[in-house]
Amino acid sequence: MAKPKVAFYWNASCGGCEETVIDLNEDILKVADAVDIVLWPVALDFKRKDIEALADGEIAVSFINGSIRLEEQENMVKLLTQKSGLVVAFGACAHIGGIPGLGNFWNRETIFERAYKGVPSVENPEGTLPQERTTVDGCDLTLSEFYDTVKTLNQTIDVDYYLPGCPPPPDLVMNAVNAILQGDLPEKGAVLAPAKALCDTCPRRDSKPEKISISEVKRPWEIKMDPETCFLVQGVICLGPATRSGCGETCIRANMPCRGCFGPVDGVADQGARALSAIASILGLEGEENMSEEETQKLVDQIVDPAGTFYRFGLPASLLRRKKM
Amino acid sequence: MNQFEPKILGFCCNWCSYAGADLAGTSRMQQVPNVRIIRVMCSGRVDPTFIIKAFEAGADGVLIAGCHPGDCHYIGGNYKTIRRISLLHNMLEQLGIEKERLRLEWVSASEGAKFAGIVNNFTERLKELGASPVKAQ
Repeated sequence: MAKPKVAFYWNASCGGCEETVIDLNEDILKVADAVDIVLWPVALDFKRKDIEALADGEIAVSFINGSIRLEEQENMVKLLTQKSGLVVAFGACAHIGGIPGLGNFWNRETIFERAYKGVPSVENPEGTLPQERTTVDGCDLTLSEFYDTVKTLNQTIDVDYYLPGCPPPPDLVMNAVNAILQGDLPEKGAVLAPAKALCDTCPRRDSKPEKISISEVKRPWEIKMDPETCFLVQGVICLGPATRSGCGETCIRANMPCRGCFGPVDGVADQGARALSAIASILGLEGEENMSEEETQKLVDQIVDPAGTFYRFGLPASLLRRKKM
Repeated sequence: MNQFEPKILGFCCNWCSYAGADLAGTSRMQQVPNVRIIRVMCSGRVDPTFIIKAFEAGADGVLIAGCHPGDCHYIGGNYKTIRRISLLHNMLEQLGIEKERLRLEWVSASEGAKFAGIVNNFTERLKELGASPVKAQ
């Protein structure tokens, strides 16, 4: 029997998701034995035309990482959907927008202004900006359209499953691959990770008192963080209460608070709103009845970039999707 | 000429503000019809998701009305609301939604006139501000 065909593709991403495939270590040999990889731009020399030559639905599963920023990315993932039985959004960017999704605080015009004119290290006296079509020596050169708004994968194509994380941890990837190979899959649309919030599996869970009250917000660089105490108890904003578990708590173990890459837990429409709600509730909880308006404002203002903090990975997947401008 | 009529979603707590709004109605106080009220058990029940969802669905303004500080039926629900709304104001500004579009007010069960005044005043202010920037996109 022919081995099932598998494609890996990348869009607006950093390459970390490719790294996690390599991080499967010896297990990658099992994957390579079990499947036939037909596309993997980072490692193998297959082209778009090779995919076009396949029959519709011939690829068993496409693992697609990165968010959608360019027209070319949209075209490619649409082609992959047509050729694939299953599409898995691989990693935070494909799942909820990821770090490139922070571009949604800007638009094409402001990003181009900054990147091609404003940055001190750029010298561009003529103010040239990327064009979709340019003629050089009689030849037409084209570039893909750069969209105003970064989209998640499921805002562009129909997605069957999601592997969260920046990047997804190898154990979740391996579980997903095994589940697909054995045809043992959950309901379409499922996130292939536990449904609980990170606090539930946090190694510092026992250090959490019954009631947490933050009297002063600390940013990670401002204090020497205790390696065993709940970050919120230390006044450091941690998105554990509003983020899906399953990451292996790698950041926590490296003494950094959760920044939310796994996205919301099941049933939550807006991760940032939920995180904001949880954090605001414990800000100055002790003595809240005596807090003046000025004191409240001062405390709240200590979170200097709430939108960037609570939507660090999930702005494109949030209800508002972007800054209105 | 069509005059812009803002759509406002109002969340009123069951114990104070909903009764206050009711009083404004039964006392036949004059107020504009721009607010659609949803009754919640406490202003602390208003998840920031509801507010963001309201803006996403096209509301020009959102009004949260609860018991005065110290009067919360659940002792401390409205204190959490103060901080949530304050933090949400900062976040909405970053997302391009003016903080004036989200208002938190205290209305007791006896303050029908205050409720009607808030509704009229908020509607007036939103008319000056114009339609929500979410709708424009």
